[in-house]
Amino acid sequence: MKCSELLAMLNEYVDGTVDPAICEEFERHMAGCNPCQVVVDNIRNTIILYKGNEVHELPIPFQKKLHAAVRKHWQEVCPGDKPE
Amino acid sequence: MSNPTHIEQSEADLVRLAQQGDLPAFEILTDRHAHRVYGVALRILRNVHDAEDVTQQTFLSAIEHLAAFRGRRSGSGAAPLEFPPVGESGAASQDQPDESAPGTTMFGAWLLKIAARAALKVIRKRRTVEMTSLDEALEVGPGEEHLPHPEFIADWRQVPDVLAQRAEVRELLDRALENLDEKHRLIFLLRDVEGLSIRETAEALGLSEGNVKVRLLRARLQLREELTRTLGDPERQLRPHDHSST
Ligand SMILES: [Zn+2]
Repeated sequence: MKCSELLAMLNEYVDGTVDPAICEEFERHMAGCNPCQVVVDNIRNTIILYKGNEVHELPIPFQKKLHAAVRKHWQEVCPGDKPE
Repeated sequence: MSNPTHIEQSEADLVRLAQQGDLPAFEILTDRHAHRVYGVALRILRNVHDAEDVTQQTFLSAIEHLAAFRGRRSGSGAAPLEFPPVGESGAASQDQPDESAPGTTMFGAWLLKIAARAALKVIRKRRTVEMTSLDEALEVGPGEEHLPHPEFIADWRQVPDVLAQRAEVRELLDRALENLDEKHRLIFLLRDVEGLSIRETAEALGLSEGNVKVRLLRARLQLREELTRTLGDPERQLRPHDHSST
């Protein structure tokens, strides 16, 4: 496996969806190729860093507006209206 | 007002109750998911007003389509799950998030897809004004199959947990994300930040799974490159491997 071939399969490897046989090959390449190992590690850290990004709180006035809109629309649509 | 006995209910139960016409159950679901929907809308649209609009649209649309929600998650390899018929017990596993999407329940993923589509509409409207077509931008153009090779390769000086605490790192993250073009940014946000599967991301954006995969890889590589130039330790920089000898 070449570095470029490894690069093409990076998604599958990082997401854990790679075929086991290819995974083995992938790891064998990384064991002998420090740059690829670091790139994979960088990519993992990049995803972790973005995932842990801040939570956006709902502005309070909007929270109230949303509740009111949901209630109003619910009355209009009335889903799951069961025949008694 | 929300019924206090509902608070303890599992998400699958709440969804079932809401599908049977129980408004308090739907209100709890709204409270549980609103910040998440708002977050993705805000990250995609970068405008508070638009994000609020999209959030509201998402929940109103969810009310209309609630009956069609089957609790099925189109995921990355995971077997599709369905809510068992009403009255059947053993629904404990229904709230288990997909392993590729920590914290995202099936109902949550469904809402995020609705939100992404609503946000896309807002972008399309903006584009009409700017006279460029997003649909054109969402096509994979010639030469895009070619992957950029990593250039700056170095271990980071600190672990993500520590980095995430620093304000200037959060600015760097925002800046790097803004430097991606729209199509790559949307895919990265939905897949990696919000935890949708490849298929869900493709469905939300109306793209093929292959298109999403190529774009996701390019987005990840570009972000890696940019972050590593700032966060990487220059003293431990490595040169890309030279294959001329092998
Ligand atoms: Zn390599």
